[in-house]
Amino acid sequence: MRSLEDLPRLNSAEELEAMKNRVLPRIAIRKDPHAQPYNDITHHIMICCDTGCASSGSRAIVEEFHKELASRNMERSVEIVVIGCHGFCEMGPLLVVYPDDIYYIRLRPDDVAEIVEETLINHRPVPKLLYHDRETMRPIVRYNEIEFYARQNRILLGNCGHINPEDVEEYIAYDGYKALAKALSQRDNTAALLEEVKKSGLRGRGGGGFPTGRKWELCRNAPGEVKYIICNADEGDPGAFMDRSLMEGDPHRLLEGLIIGGLIIGAQEGYIYVRAEYPTAVRRVKNAIAQAEALGFLGNNILGTEFSFHIHVKEGAGAFVCGEETALIHSIEGQRGMPTTRPPFPAISGLWGKPTNNNNVETWANIPGIILNGGSWFAEHGTDKSKGTKVFALTGKIRNTGLAEVSMGVTMREIIYEIGGGIQNNKKFKAVQIGGPSGGCLPESMIDRPVDYDSLIEAGAMMGSGGLVVVDEDTCMVALAKFFLTFTRDESCGKCTPCREGTTRMLNILNNITTGKGKAGDIELLEELARNIKLSALCGLGQTSPNPILSTLNYFREEYKAHIYEKRCPAHHCVDLITYWIDSDRCVGCGLCRKKCPVQAIDGAPKKPHTIDISKCVKCGACFIACRKNRAVFKK
Amino acid sequence: MSVKSPQSSSIDLVKLEPIFETYKNMPRGSLIPVLQAAQEAYGYLPTVVLEAIAGQIGAPISQVYGVVTFYSQFKLVPRGKHVIRACQGTACHVRNSNLILETLKSNLGVTPGDTTTDLQFTLETVACIGACSLAPVMMVDNEAHGRLRPERIPEILDKYRS
Repeated sequence: MRSLEDLPRLNSAEELEAMKNRVLPRIAIRKDPHAQPYNDITHHIMICCDTGCASSGSRAIVEEFHKELASRNMERSVEIVVIGCHGFCEMGPLLVVYPDDIYYIRLRPDDVAEIVEETLINHRPVPKLLYHDRETMRPIVRYNEIEFYARQNRILLGNCGHINPEDVEEYIAYDGYKALAKALSQRDNTAALLEEVKKSGLRGRGGGGFPTGRKWELCRNAPGEVKYIICNADEGDPGAFMDRSLMEGDPHRLLEGLIIGGLIIGAQEGYIYVRAEYPTAVRRVKNAIAQAEALGFLGNNILGTEFSFHIHVKEGAGAFVCGEETALIHSIEGQRGMPTTRPPFPAISGLWGKPTNNNNVETWANIPGIILNGGSWFAEHGTDKSKGTKVFALTGKIRNTGLAEVSMGVTMREIIYEIGGGIQNNKKFKAVQIGGPSGGCLPESMIDRPVDYDSLIEAGAMMGSGGLVVVDEDTCMVALAKFFLTFTRDESCGKCTPCREGTTRMLNILNNITTGKGKAGDIELLEELARNIKLSALCGLGQTSPNPILSTLNYFREEYKAHIYEKRCPAHHCVDLITYWIDSDRCVGCGLCRKKCPVQAIDGAPKKPHTIDISKCVKCGACFIACRKNRAVFKK
Repeated sequence: MSVKSPQSSSIDLVKLEPIFETYKNMPRGSLIPVLQAAQEAYGYLPTVVLEAIAGQIGAPISQVYGVVTFYSQFKLVPRGKHVIRACQGTACHVRNSNLILETLKSNLGVTPGDTTTDLQFTLETVACIGACSLAPVMMVDNEAHGRLRPERIPEILDKYRS
């Protein structure tokens, strides 16, 4: 990888092409197993050090490789490439060895010596470190044969996990900045470029789903010389991490989308507003900006043309409401991040009163592909009204957690069962929560519908940023609604009364219901409050805050009723509504539960059935966990 | 202002100079980055620092205070050497992050928002750190720890104790 000082300034599309051709031999063995080694480097080891894999210990693996290779004098023939997210976070730390194209998972530092010996020297896979198919138990060598990947359509995430995100030359080798060069060659007719974006049918990936081309047109046509564009990277929805992975795994794609957007819209400056909770993403994006500036993709006279564009990074300071565009703009201006009424829309009067266009990371990152391959190429994927692919974050009680990119219109069942591998621990699927605190829950009966913007709205949820949290029979839906309400109540900026007071009132009612103090009329009152807040709150955060309640009431009303009228939590989750008891027929008197009980509520002689003193029990569940093997402790 | 700022007389404002130097040419919208840099330098935002920043930027102290109290990142009281942020996001919630938080609370003897008396750890909660695939997770400083179980908490904390 070349240092910043060694990157030459490129002044034309031809120079960019020449650079690509210079870099290609260096990465050839990743694309073609029979390619000629470059500089005597025979192997590339691609190790994911994204936030996910790093916290599973991937950095220790990298160090171990350096040590092992040094001890065998092999450092010069093996290149260790730190990559961004490969998507299959459940299996981290993971790596791919080229040219053999072998995918290893769940690695520990002890495994490194064996990989070096077997794979690098003897050209054989290490079977125990391969992914094994869940049903056939057959080991799978290549990652794209694993069901998790095989069912995906990785266009946007195409580079993630295949290039070093800190090495701009690798991005260029994979046609990086080619779309920018193409757009610049048509800079006299940016209307035609806008037409491609409109033709693609791309809709905002941050939540609302507004057509991107039309949004850009509003800002482009707004009067004024000075215009701004913003990349909303304040990915605040709990359960969504695709924007983080894109910034960590392929940051130049985002920059390229922004620069092209600046050209089409007529903006001179762009801001990336990124969460401070994402330190790696911030570092990678800043590094990418410095490289792009050195190469002449950013700054004055981009690629030798008269077009100039600058990008600044603004770190958020921890406020969910800043995902709302007017609040975000105020935050960039250095003020409290509180939303303001629209109109005027930011397209007319946004950042510092100038026309401003704001899209999220995933939306911007789709732009280079659309410009390079054409709007109709993009529109080939997806459904009639929702084009392209969408990245979903699969989390919760699902087997294969991670990032999955699929064409719009696949069913939720395919995503959860075929890519996600179904529910953990053979439990029963209960619901999937989509769209974060503004979204809703879909029950089993709704998961065969195609996933697109409009069908989700119809079903009472929304696309949101694409976080899917799968819950099983052990999750209480009332408690889940309470969880989201607690979040929106805490994050409400307090400016408008419906949101500030309304979320607090709804939360109080939910608290009563989950603690056995619910009463007749609570459900109706919740529904009335929800309707009024939806109609009267100032911004999207408030207007959508009742959605988790409304969708759970719609599909899981019986659970609310059980809490209110029978003082019972059907999922055995709400502590105030459950009791623990020991089945005397199953209890062997091992005493484990007695030892684990923190309040000495369990009594019994050795090898005789034990009992729980309900008056002392604090319902911590320690006995239930201690007795997992015998299953003599029950919740009811 | 009712902010309690211990030993404000002993706070050395020299550390602010390079920060002011960095942002001197971009006065518009630089309040939040300046506050972030100042917090990085001091560990929190003492009153005298806020006053100095207000003076430098030419904004009333009320405006600076308003911004500081709006964002959860800014702290007006000293924090521990290590900041633990226990994730309470959806994915963590459904994988019992409450047990992790309870274990942290009992192990450190503090509630979220508070700092241990030896100034080693500050315990905070965070809405989501985007490492949902490893739920339940927590961050200690800038390091994420995933697939947590209550019994792993003591050894992780010991790694940071000094």
